[in-house]
Order: sequence, then structure tokens, then C-alpha cells
Amino acid sequence: MEDRRRDPEALLARAKEEEARKHGGKLKVFFGAAPGVGKTYAMLEAAREQRAAGLDLLVGIVETHGRAETEALLQGLEILPPRAVEYRGATLRELDLDAALARRPAIILVDELAHTNAPGGRHAKRWQDVVELLDAGVDVYTTVNVQHLESLNDVVAQVTGVVVRETVPDSVLEMADEVEVIDLPVEDLRQRLKEGKVYVPEQAAEAARNFFREGNLIALRELALRHTAERVDAQMRRYRREHAIEATWPVAERIMVCVSPSPFANDLVRAGRRLATRLGAPWVAAYVETGASTRLSAEARARVVDALRLAESLGAETVTLSGPKMSDEILAYARERNVSQIVIGKPARPLWKRLLFGSIVDALVRGSGDIDIHIISGEPGAQPSKPSRFRPRAPDATAYALAVAAVAIATGLAWVMLPHFELANIVMIYLLSVVAVSTRTGRGPAALASILSVAAFDFFFVPPRFTFAVTDSQYLVTFAVMLIVALVVSGLTVSIRTQAESARQRERRTSALYEMSRELASTRGITELMGVALRHLVAVFGGRMALLLPNATGRLEPRASLLAPFHMDPNDVAVSQWAYEHGQPAGMGTDNLPGAQMLFIPLLASRGIVGVLGMRLGDPHLFDAPDQWHLLETFANQIALAAERGLLAEEAQAAQVSVESERLRNTLLSSVSHDLRTPLAAITGGTSTLLDPTARLDESGRRELLQTMHEEADRLDRLVHNLLEMTRLESGSVQVHREWHALEEPVGAALHRVGARLRARPITTQVPPDLPLVAMDPVLIEQVLINLLDNALKYTPEGSPIEISAFLANMGSLAAGPPCEVVVEVADRGPGLAPGDEQRVFEKFYRSPTVPARGSGLGLSICRGVMEAHGGRIEAANRPGGGAVFRFTLPAKETAPTVELSND
Amino acid sequence: MTEGSGPTVLLIDDEPPIRRLLRTALAAHDYRLIEAATGEDGLQQAATRQPDLIIVDLGLPDIDGLQVIRRLREWTATPIIVLSARGQERDKIDALEAGADDYVSKPFGVGELVARLRAAWRRATRGNSPDEPVFTVGALKVDQAHRRVFVGDREIHLTPIEYRLVTTLVRHAGKVVTHDQLLKEVWGPPYVGQSHYVRVYMAQLRRKLEENAARPRYLLTEPGVGYRLAAE
Repeated sequence: MEDRRRDPEALLARAKEEEARKHGGKLKVFFGAAPGVGKTYAMLEAAREQRAAGLDLLVGIVETHGRAETEALLQGLEILPPRAVEYRGATLRELDLDAALARRPAIILVDELAHTNAPGGRHAKRWQDVVELLDAGVDVYTTVNVQHLESLNDVVAQVTGVVVRETVPDSVLEMADEVEVIDLPVEDLRQRLKEGKVYVPEQAAEAARNFFREGNLIALRELALRHTAERVDAQMRRYRREHAIEATWPVAERIMVCVSPSPFANDLVRAGRRLATRLGAPWVAAYVETGASTRLSAEARARVVDALRLAESLGAETVTLSGPKMSDEILAYARERNVSQIVIGKPARPLWKRLLFGSIVDALVRGSGDIDIHIISGEPGAQPSKPSRFRPRAPDATAYALAVAAVAIATGLAWVMLPHFELANIVMIYLLSVVAVSTRTGRGPAALASILSVAAFDFFFVPPRFTFAVTDSQYLVTFAVMLIVALVVSGLTVSIRTQAESARQRERRTSALYEMSRELASTRGITELMGVALRHLVAVFGGRMALLLPNATGRLEPRASLLAPFHMDPNDVAVSQWAYEHGQPAGMGTDNLPGAQMLFIPLLASRGIVGVLGMRLGDPHLFDAPDQWHLLETFANQIALAAERGLLAEEAQAAQVSVESERLRNTLLSSVSHDLRTPLAAITGGTSTLLDPTARLDESGRRELLQTMHEEADRLDRLVHNLLEMTRLESGSVQVHREWHALEEPVGAALHRVGARLRARPITTQVPPDLPLVAMDPVLIEQVLINLLDNALKYTPEGSPIEISAFLANMGSLAAGPPCEVVVEVADRGPGLAPGDEQRVFEKFYRSPTVPARGSGLGLSICRGVMEAHGGRIEAANRPGGGAVFRFTLPAKETAPTVELSND
Repeated sequence: MTEGSGPTVLLIDDEPPIRRLLRTALAAHDYRLIEAATGEDGLQQAATRQPDLIIVDLGLPDIDGLQVIRRLREWTATPIIVLSARGQERDKIDALEAGADDYVSKPFGVGELVARLRAAWRRATRGNSPDEPVFTVGALKVDQAHRRVFVGDREIHLTPIEYRLVTTLVRHAGKVVTHDQLLKEVWGPPYVGQSHYVRVYMAQLRRKLEENAARPRYLLTEPGVGYRLAAE
């Protein structure tokens, strides 16, 4: 039975696409075969319809090319004033992206998608502006001609002989929700051109000769229509897939394009892309680094980078492989990734070279098995530039001197050996010297050593000696073989060495990455994490860097930087913000805002972009090589994940703190509202009774009521005072004014203040007259004593005694030394503390569950706060014989200033 | 003006409930009350009505209470009592240094305020006549004519500085005297700021004059501000 379930992967991809679309605006493309078919006209007509339907429509930028009928259509539409840019003496009109984003219409018209922006704008290309507008949720109407499509660029160039520089990645067109083909028969178009409807007359004649030849137009029209048909086909396939219509599944295809440094690498990539599109298959562009590729000229390397970037922009996955043999690496990777078709360029090597060294294509074909190989030809005549011999490290003069010296030494050694050995063995000595040179230097010195060896051998040892003349023609064979062997051996040795070196380099990078990951894993705290990340990044890439994380308002700010202070000018800040908001690399060496002095890499983690890595590069071309770029991206990913972890931990902690403070706030509210209301209720009740003319109260009843109200008002006062004091203590606004005081003063003041409420209590005070002055804030210590007395009054029965005593305590040993602490105790004979309450009574809002709650739970915690501010301690304990004792200590480490008591 | 036969009191306070309370409470103690809700109004009333006593709240809406005290002191010696919140010791010292005679902390009992008013009134009316030679409070008797101090029947021997301290407090009896004021009057201006001198001598004095130095009856401590000799 047929499985009609939908392909889950396809559904997932579709869902992702839909998701992306939900956020963004819709893109409508008016697609034409050539200029003049009426794309702009059609776009404006569509716009007028939308306008008539009442949509908020803005003309972002429209090129009318002086066409009257087009200009007429612009009438009545809102037009965004263009941004004027001075460039090489001319004033260019560009789309004002910021104004458009600020205006935020429902639909915006942006003509000429392939346009290249004047330097100084945010993006190099207009299509990037359009992408940003779409991301901002604005619908965009735009126009594009077929020759501007990236993947058709080479075909167009072949057909028309005109190379179009301005291209649009196919992926942008694929984003389009709607593509309207503006088709015009070729004859009509040429007619329009003649009538001056396409170009103003002076340009028209030239255009007709060049681009607008009939053949060209036919070909372009076919291309445009075919491209659209393919798109419709793709839509159809998508529809069928979504609705599970397809009866059978084609074998999954995957295309692999092998990029080489050849000048037509880009054509190869485009061909691969076309193949992939037709098959609806994913594709990979691969470049294999061999030992030889480390010697490529800068130009050739740039071509590889270019081709890989092009592939990336055309939707390919790019990968750089490395190994000794290109064909082996390609096939191994292809097998691993289930590649079904390989696209490779036609070999450019001359036949003899291929016969001698074999060709990659042959090797691939031999080893490919069931994988199809497509061989694409490049343009004839184009020759890959010769690999430069002196890369990666041009050997200097000393290397050549070394080669000469090695041959000289070999000659000396051979001289000594000559009487005892055959000439064949002398040859071996020379070969040995060539190998020695090639292990230490590059190709050039090794070749020099090979030639010198042959020459020296001939000159010194082959009879007749000390001339280059040779009598025995057999020696010619010896020379030839010797030279070939020397060259081959030295070539192999050098290539093994460079291979090993590049492996070492890779190894170093991998281990750097590993080191960083390991250290990040064992680091806690966002600031520390970022510090670790930066240290490793700078060690690997050099330059100066900063990690920027968003603050509460979403603005980036540096969270860690090495070689501080890290200066960023306002332009850098804007670029970093852009990179953060758009999740794309920006700045120097990228497509976005390439004019900036710095490079910014967004840190993308699982929940989104966590921040931006800002780099001020020592070498501006550091990341031109794709492998360096990939390495940077890998680093950035690791850092992003670590940063996310750090931020999550920070958030979790903040959440915990806020839960804790929430709990405290709730306790405060419930406690305070109860404690405030009780005395208020008593006072309000009392006064209303006294004011009630019908209430009959005798004199003692009145007094009783007034007494209660007075006491409750007192209680309210104490509570408010405690609340204020607690708030002040917690906010840190309490200043401890420490001065030298006699302890009896705050004791006396506190007893005086509590005053009347102590009347029924036997109070004993023991403050020895020889107690030294203590450094303290008398107001705060008085408060501590008042609160302790209050507490004793609250929790002990009426009439039970309260004792206050102070004494000097010698901490530690009893040996004679300076006294260290003054201890003050407030003791009662009440019920004492419940077990476990000794510490808890000092907690805020704690009330012992064993006794009816009467206090606010603030008094004792204020005591603790005051004592901490004094550098002292406070503790509670049960007394032997019943009751509780609260004991606080004040440090008395310094000795009080002495005052001479005069007795005169 | 509220009816009464006693001294006239000018109350400068912007809080109507406080004015209402004192209107009734002071009338009950035979004071006549003039009210002002702002500092400017208070200054004007003080000039035109010539009150015997002035009560100033430190937190006034228009001008700072301290400023009011300073401007009053430019031309009048009328006793000034300050109303201020508890916990603002610095403000109290500033007010006393600006020329206030005493202070009462809010919230206050009317009894306490009336006691302060009475003490201030007594000091003011005694103003021109020579000091009474003998000051008595409870068992404490200071005979300034003969330079002798008694607690009950027992004569107490005091050093010259202790004696000067006692007589200074007697001169301001019932009123708070700041540490700096005591240092200036007893030791001389160079000692201002050396408040531990006062503390050591006060402790000494308390041991000689008080029954229990930790629960004094006469030499009362106003923490963070100064000392007060009980007047009644």
C-alpha cells in the first residue's frame, strides 16, 4: 500500500519558510526579459490599484528613464524623497532606507532590484535594502530583468556577449511570494525602442546595436519564460509534496560542486546551482586543499573564496576539505553525505601532464561507482594562472645559500670518499644533500640543489675531471636520471612537508577551539565567560576585540574587552547594532556596511542573537579565506552558546532574587497592614465612643478609653519609627556617627525614653564605673536598647524584672592584653526562647509561633542591622534559671582617647 | 487669638491638625495662641504681635525653619522652641546652634511641650534679674553664692571644671545644651569638637551626683545632641 504520509522534512522546511514569512512583508517581483518590456509600468499600475483599494502605499524609488507614460502613472502617489549622494562629482539618487523604515508603509515600490548602491550607504546592493524592508514587515513591489539573476549570469553573458555586473542572488527571487512575468514579443519591444519609449533617443540607437539585437532578445525572453516555468514547477512540486499527492518518491538527490581555483569556477558553481534547482536537490560546494594549494597565487585563492561565496549566496552549503589527494577527499566526502551527482570542471592540464601525473577527473570517474560525474567545460583560452612557487613562505637568500652549502659539503665528503668508492655511491651522497635541503627549505632551493649537484658531480668527479666535458656518453644517462630523481624526491619531500605543516595548522586551530570550549565549560558568570572567550580569540586571530551584549534597553554595550579601553566611534556602534538586529555579519570585509572600520559577527545561540563580537583586525584580509571564516564562525558559535548559558544563569539568579524580594514584600505588607490597623482601630473606636453624645461614660470609663488610645498611639509611633529605621538601614542611608561614648549614656537615655511603660517593672542596671569609652553611634545604640527593652516588655509577664548589664570581655586567651569587646546584656525572667529561635528572632518579620504575635518582627532585625554596621554582634540565649538574655558586643580594640582629669 | 491670661505663644506650623491640637491644649494651660501657617507669615506676626514665646516647625512649606530661627534671632531674644521629627539629631543641633532654645520631638505629648514652654518662659523672665543664688531640683542643691553642691544633706566635693560644668547646666536648666556649647563655655572655644572631654566629665559628675549613673535623675542625656539638667 502506498504511503501517503507527507515527508516530515519537507513539512518542516515549509513550516520554517512560513514562519519566516509570517514576520516579514510580502515580496512581489515584476520579472522581465529585457529593459523596456514595461515592468515599471506594470508595477505602477498594480500600485495604483492597491492605492485605490485604500492601502498605504509609498513609492520608494522608481526610475522612469524619462518615459512620459510611466511618469503619468506616478501622479497622485506618495513619493519618498530620494537620498542624494555625491559620488565622483555626480549626484546620485538612492533609496532612503532609513526614511522608508521610519515611514513604514504597507507597500513600498522599489524599482530595479539589481541596482548597486552608491558607496557610503548601509548596503552594497539594493536587494539588501529590500530584504531589510521585508524583515521590517513592509510589502515590497520590485522589478528585475532576467539577465540580473545570479545563476543565469554566465548564460546571459554567453548569449549576449555582455557581462552584466549587477546581479541579484536567486534566493531573493525565491523569497518572492508572487512573480509576475512582464512579457512582450520581441518585435514589439524593438518597436518601442525605435519609438524612444525605452531609452531617450540618443541612447536608443546604441542600445539597439548592442544589447537589443533580435537574437539577444529572443534568447533572453526564452530564459525569462523558462525560469518562470521552473519556478512554477517548483511551486507545483511543493504543493504536491505538501498535499501528499506524489505517488512515488524520487531517490533523494544531492549535488556536489568541486570548486577549483580556475577562472571559471563561478561558472561551475552556477551550473551546479542550475542542476540542483532542476532536481530540487540540496547542493554542496566543496574545495579541497592539498599541499599544492598552499602555494596558490593570491589571485587564485581569491577566486576560490569568490566561488565559495557565490555558492553560499546561491544557497549551497560550502565546505573546505583537506587531504593529500583531491579525488580521494572528494569521493570520501561525497559518500559520507550521500551525494548523487558530482559537478567538476573539465581538466585544464595539458595531455602530457595528465598522462604523466593522472587527472583528478579520471581518478574521480574510476572511483565514483554509482555517483554520476558531470564534467563542465570552461571557456576556451582561459588558463589558470600558474601557481606561484614561493608560497606560503617565500624562501629567502639564506635558503639558497643553504642549498649551495649543502652541495659544497656533499662535494667535500665525496672528495674524501672518491678513492674508496664507486662513482655510483658518490651520486647517492649528492641525492642525500638534495633531500636534506628539501626538508629544510622550499621548492626553489631544492631545485637549485638538484641542478648544482648534477653540475658538481660532472665537474669534480666525472672523467675528465675539472671540466664539464664528458667522454663517456653513458654518463649522460646518469645525469638525466640523477636530475629527475633529485627533482622528484625534492618535490615530494617539500609537498609532504607543506602538507604536514597545513595539518599542524589545522590541528592548532582545532586545539585552540577545544581549549576555549573546555575553559568556557568550566567558567561561571557572564563577565568571566566573555573574558575567557576574548583571550582565546585574540590568541588565535590577533587584533583587538570586544564582546558586546545588549543592555536592558536592547542597546549593545561592551561587556568585555581586552586591551581596554576599547574605543568605538558612533559609526562602529551603529554597525554593531545593525549586526545585532539583523543577525548578519557586518562591517569590514562583509556585504553589509562594508565601509566600517570594524568587523561585527553576531553571536547566534539557540534562543536567538545574544550579542555581537566586534573585531578591529590587524590584517584586513584575514577572513578572506573561507576556512579562516569558518573557523571564526565556529568560535562565534561556541561563544554564543557560552554567553547564552551565562545570561540564562544570570536571569535565573535575578528571578530568584525577585521571588525572594516578592516574598519579603508580601510579608511586609501583611505584617504592616495588621500592625498599623490594630492601634488605629483602637484609637478610632475610642475617639468615636468619646464623641458619641448618646454613650454614657463615667469618669473612669473615659480615662480608661483615653489611656488605651494614648498607649496605642505610642505603639503606632514605635512601629512607624521601626519601619523607617529598617528602610534606612536597608537602603544603606544610615550613617554610623561613631564617637567615644560612655555606655551608661545610651542606657540611661533608653530607660528614660521607654519611661512610663517600665513603671511596673523592677529594673536593675549594672554598668561598672571603670568601663572605658566605646566608639559607637549613641543614637543607634539607644535604639538597640529601646528595641530590646520593648521586646522584653512584650514577651514577659507584667511585673517580672528586667536587668541591663555591661562588662568588658577579653576575647580569646585570658592572658593580660588589651580588652577587646564591651558586652551589653538585656535579660529577663520571662518564658525564654523556643528552641531554634536563638537565631531566627533576628530575622526580619519573624515572630515566634509559640507566643501570640504582638510585634512587627522588625525591632530585633533592626538591632542586628545596627550591630552589623558597628562591626559588632548580637545574639540571644536562654538564661539558666529561666528567661532570655539578649547580648550585644561592641568592639573596643582601639583605646579611647585619654582625658586627664584635673583635680585642682 | 485664643483667650487666656498667661504668656502669648506664636505657633509657626503648616499642619492644621497640629495647630488645632495646640490651640485647645495650650488654652487649657492658660496660654494665648497666635497661629501662622508659613514662615513669612510667622516672621511678620512675630514682629507685629510681639509674642512671649515662639514654636517653630522645622519643615515649613515656604522657607526653611532654620532660616526662620536665624532671621528671628537677628532682632529678638524671644525663646524659640523647635518641633522636629525623631531621628534627625543633626537638624536639632543645627536649630540649637542657629539660636533655638529647645526642641520637642514629634510625636510629642502636650505635657512635655508645656514643660519646655514653662522652662523657657522662666529663663526668659528671669533674664534681667541676677541669677538665683540657689538652684534646687529634687535632692540636688547648687548654691552658687557659696560655690557648694549638695545631694540631700551630703555636700559633694567637685573639681573646678566639674563645678563649672554644673553651673553651666544650671544656667540652662530644663533646656538641652549641646556638646559644643558646653565645651565652649566650660573649657573655652579651642576645645570645640573634642566632645569626649564632656563625656568623661559628665560620667564623673554623674557618679558624684546621681544615685544610679545608668539611670540618671538630674543629668539627662539627649543622645547625639547634648545634655539637659532636669528642672523639675
